[in-house]
Amino acid sequence: MNIHEYQAKEILRGYGVPIPPGEIATTPAEAEAIATKYGTAVMVKAQVHAGGRGKAGGVKFCKTPADAKEKATAILGMKIKDLTVEKVLVTIAADIGSEAYVGIIVDRATKKPVFMVSAAGGIDIEEVAAHTPEKILYVPVDVRYGLPTYDAMRMGFFLYEDVKLARAAAKIMQQLYAAFMAAGCSLAEINPLVVTPTGELIAVDGKMVIDDNELDRKPEIAALRDESSEEPSEVDARNANLTFIKLDGNVGCVVNGAGLAMATMDLVKYYGGEPANFLDIGGSSNPEKVVNALRIITADPNVKAILFNIFGGITRTDDVANGIVTATKANPLKVPIVIRLTGTNEELAMKILTENGFSASSDMDTAVKSAVELAKGGK
Amino acid sequence: MSVFIDKNTKLVIQGITGRDGSFHAKQMMEYGTQVVAGVTPGKGGQKFEGTVPIFNTVADAVKATGANTSVIYVPPPFAADAIMEAAAAGVSLVVCITEGVPVLDMTKVYPFVKERGVRLIGPNCPGLITPGEAKVGIIPGRICTPGPVGVVSRSGTLTYEVVYQLTRAGIGQTTCVGIGGDPINGTNFIDCLEAFEKDPATKAVAMMGEIGGTDEQEAAEFVKKHMKKPVVGFIAGQTAPPGRRMGHAGAIISGSAGTAAEKIDAFKAAGMGVAARPIDFVELIKARLK
Repeated sequence: MNIHEYQAKEILRGYGVPIPPGEIATTPAEAEAIATKYGTAVMVKAQVHAGGRGKAGGVKFCKTPADAKEKATAILGMKIKDLTVEKVLVTIAADIGSEAYVGIIVDRATKKPVFMVSAAGGIDIEEVAAHTPEKILYVPVDVRYGLPTYDAMRMGFFLYEDVKLARAAAKIMQQLYAAFMAAGCSLAEINPLVVTPTGELIAVDGKMVIDDNELDRKPEIAALRDESSEEPSEVDARNANLTFIKLDGNVGCVVNGAGLAMATMDLVKYYGGEPANFLDIGGSSNPEKVVNALRIITADPNVKAILFNIFGGITRTDDVANGIVTATKANPLKVPIVIRLTGTNEELAMKILTENGFSASSDMDTAVKSAVELAKGGK
Repeated sequence: MSVFIDKNTKLVIQGITGRDGSFHAKQMMEYGTQVVAGVTPGKGGQKFEGTVPIFNTVADAVKATGANTSVIYVPPPFAADAIMEAAAAGVSLVVCITEGVPVLDMTKVYPFVKERGVRLIGPNCPGLITPGEAKVGIIPGRICTPGPVGVVSRSGTLTYEVVYQLTRAGIGQTTCVGIGGDPINGTNFIDCLEAFEKDPATKAVAMMGEIGGTDEQEAAEFVKKHMKKPVVGFIAGQTAPPGRRMGHAGAIISGSAGTAAEKIDAFKAAGMGVAARPIDFVELIKARLK
């Protein structure tokens, strides 16, 4: 789960990370009022779940409250990577001496959280990683011992020669690590970590991504979810316990299991079609899930054919068949449907479908080919 | 012959009285797996289905029955502890079916099991099956048949699809292993490839990967350097949209790695067969068994 910059900063502040004061505005007038209260230059920053906000014009420096109002007017409502900006963070602008990058991520290879730090921080850190990887220091952490001070100091000295700055940076890294573990993150980063002209360290931007598997046991973190900033059909699917990603094609896919779902999309493409979505109905089936899946898929006007590909293991194919019958009785389909079912209770599923006027095959390639042709308007 | 499990596997089921655990316990018993014990805290002394003794702890179960393998069906918040309990109790193989285990839990569990020399498969995996001998997990027994092909996969239902196609074409399997798709899992492709290379009954290997990470590239490197047996690979997610990455750090740690194209290139460079579709495994494997 993504959370906004202002939410990540709130968490980091709670662990002692030095962060300039800031507040959220949803109207230009609010932005002006916050800037007036601070009585100094501010940054107005779009709060959306997208990288490259600055390059898209969503982050602006404002000298005066009137300026803040004007910039907020421009940013609120603008689109960044298809996401509408509903909120801006108004925060005291920092004098920037130098910019460093400090990030921590769960790494598949070492199977540990790994710190990445670089003195060449800022908006082009990906370029740094690609072209000058020697400017990044990687430090894995054994979670049983936490981040030892010597490792934190090693990173501090990698960033700064001055021992005072190195110590201050090491302290921030231990605070960041504590926040990362406590919030159940898969990623946390401070970029940039800034040295001000007066020699102080401050975190000017913060980002956190939460492991979805943590949300059940961390309700206070789960409550940070901002559904208004997500694709509505994806929110709908998540609330129905389905994994759904909207795409641009016209073959709507309903599959059980992520690997088979991806393989089904690949096969749609292989036979010359384009998938309209990724949709995994998951392991244990019930007819309700199928009803929700069909509702979400048919809401997309681009969908010209629907393809079910179900391999029953834990999933009972008769449950899926019943779901298809229930859903289409309530809302008759306006587009053709192709069903492939095999596995647990296959004979029963076929019987249910045949009795209700559907046909189904047990072969994946046949079904996909047929769905692609139907989506193209063929027979 | 086979890898990891066979007819001598003595299985303890953690969470045997739960909804999923009890259902799959029966399926595994029907398949012929030696289910020697179950564990549910507070139900020690009872019997499952009138035959399988239930214990309060894995240690008790191992002591009383000599169980050497554990399979876990407990809910996600308790899965990490269940894995550590099994590893500490002295079984040599732990298979965790549970989906939704927080990844930070796994950063603690992984070194714990490694230090005890225990093999962990999963979490979030379908388990494994040695056709005709034993099944540990949830892979449907009837789609498998004994034969010469080792199967290893990151996905559940995609494994079933490929095994089903192989079986329909008359090509049997030594062992099918689902290693799971979580970022941190106990057993990776290389562990399985190494085991299949050593297993005299395995004559060829079918391997199903996915986009993301670099496990498949490393596996391809292993095939090139250390394997004499033929390997055929498939990557799911060839058409998955790019993006959805996890901020700067995600891009940094994986670089450009993780795309289907890159993984397929790695397979080709290692001299592996590449299946464009699941059905293509049949012809590619057949040609390599001759």
